[in-house]
Amino acid sequence: MWDYLKLAIYGLIAVLAAIAASYARDIAYQVHAILVTLIAGGLFVYSLRRVGEEKVVETGYMDGPVRVGVALTAFWGAVGFLVGTWIAFQLAFPNLNFGWAEGYLNFGRLRPLHTSAVIFAFGGTALITSSMYVVQRTSGARLWGGNLAWFVFWGYQIVILLAATGYLLGATQSKEYAEPEWYTDLWLTIVWVAYLLLFMGTLMKRKEPHIYVANWFYLSFIVTIAMLHVINNLAVPVSIFGSKSVQLFSGVQDAMTQWWYGHNAVGFFLTAGFLGMMYYFVPKQAERPVFSYKLSIIHFWALIFLYIWAGPHHLHYTALPDWAGTLGMVFSIILWMPSWGGMINGLMTLSGAWDKLRTDPVIRMMVVSIGFYGMSTFEGPMMSIRAVNSLSHYTDWTIGHVHSGALGWNGMITFGMLYFLVPRLWNRAGLYSQKLVSWHFWLATIGIVLYASSMWVTGIMEGLMWREVDAQGFLVNSFADTVAAKFPMYVVRGMGGVLFLTGALIMCYNLWMTVKRSPAAETASDAQTAPAE
Amino acid sequence: MMDTYSLFREIADSWVLLAMFVFFLGTVVWAFRPGSRKVHEDTANIPFRHEDKPAGDRD
Repeated sequence: MWDYLKLAIYGLIAVLAAIAASYARDIAYQVHAILVTLIAGGLFVYSLRRVGEEKVVETGYMDGPVRVGVALTAFWGAVGFLVGTWIAFQLAFPNLNFGWAEGYLNFGRLRPLHTSAVIFAFGGTALITSSMYVVQRTSGARLWGGNLAWFVFWGYQIVILLAATGYLLGATQSKEYAEPEWYTDLWLTIVWVAYLLLFMGTLMKRKEPHIYVANWFYLSFIVTIAMLHVINNLAVPVSIFGSKSVQLFSGVQDAMTQWWYGHNAVGFFLTAGFLGMMYYFVPKQAERPVFSYKLSIIHFWALIFLYIWAGPHHLHYTALPDWAGTLGMVFSIILWMPSWGGMINGLMTLSGAWDKLRTDPVIRMMVVSIGFYGMSTFEGPMMSIRAVNSLSHYTDWTIGHVHSGALGWNGMITFGMLYFLVPRLWNRAGLYSQKLVSWHFWLATIGIVLYASSMWVTGIMEGLMWREVDAQGFLVNSFADTVAAKFPMYVVRGMGGVLFLTGALIMCYNLWMTVKRSPAAETASDAQTAPAE
Repeated sequence: MMDTYSLFREIADSWVLLAMFVFFLGTVVWAFRPGSRKVHEDTANIPFRHEDKPAGDRD
């Protein structure tokens, strides 16, 4: 019965999308409608060929989506870093905005492609993948809902596809980190609700009496992103056959909603979700339980209660009332405490096992990642202070801050997660080459240092140049003066990107060879059921 | 419109603020309750069980 219903749904979607493609009012919508037709049509044929097939009730953990997810995380990482490095050089050498590609491959089109590729494609796939792995292991239960996990996984990849192609073709609602247009937003909402059901359903049938702390963080990430996404994307489409939509909020309300969303995307996507990763993979790799479980509980609740208020610090010196800005600033500073509590908890998990830092490059990666978490959660509150913000806002300092968090914290912990998962998922005795992990580690670390330090220099310089006035009170520098002065730092930043990208490519090679060449683990049960102590 | 705003604002910065703060303190107190050490020790070790297969498949 379900087979026929599925066929009917796929067929209907394919036909409707084909009709929509022919009525399309703009090119982005048309391309998207054609993509949807092809995907739904492909699924129709695929399902048709499998009608009446014997259904096997599968037991054990469901690692299919996790395997694909690991591969796609590495792939999206490489793509995102490549685009990022490219646009870094576009800023240094504007001639790289080729005339023939104007309107498709210029900085303005590629920039959201880069941010979404690293945050939502690389980071999002890493989060969905790792959460599926972690929730099963810490619940002692198979993923709930049969093939729901596949729906969530591929549904999310379709969001990425629609978003990325949309940016290049000009479909954007111009909200930073929330650029995709209305129909992509609606689809993501459906996928996200399914994700919540999948995660909750698995937790419900857990065999452990308690919900491990990593799952608390993952769950807060899923719930909060659902709320942020729905409210920040409230919009009315101009036409059901076009990609353009009009925001429901306007003016300062819109700005506040956007940065409430934007900062909590950082807080719950790039922080809470990745902390879920930290609380599982760091103890696993260090082979000892988390330093203090009590601290992890306090870390969780303090982070949840404080982060949600920090958004207004993005809107100092704007039409936003001062009290709101002060509120955001105060909460940002208080937030420093749980952040560092979490950092200490992660680092101290290694107490008694610090010698592993010498022998295990994967744990080194995780430790540096936690170090960058600590660094950027100190820098962020400092930059949220109104006086500091008057210097740092709109300068490259902000970009440097974001990247020390994103490359250092999110990137490194994800690399650690990939190095941890690949041998286990493909039942290998170990990684293909520890030496290449070391190479990746140093290339990535030096790349981040080049990136962050050049952005500090250029950001502070830029901020000082903008505010410099002469004896008569006239501004000394034009905007173009600051751009010219930034050139050397832009080149250094681009070089940092090249190093980081090279490291990621080495990782892809290493992981590929691990799957292809590494000897198989003796027997899974011998190797992996040994207790930690 | 303004009225709704003022009302919400008043509720938010008095009772709701208090309720959230009390809830937060409650979680801290709960984390440190007597007897929590054993529970937390057990919970912290969850990642080191069920690595290969779900709990039910064991027997």
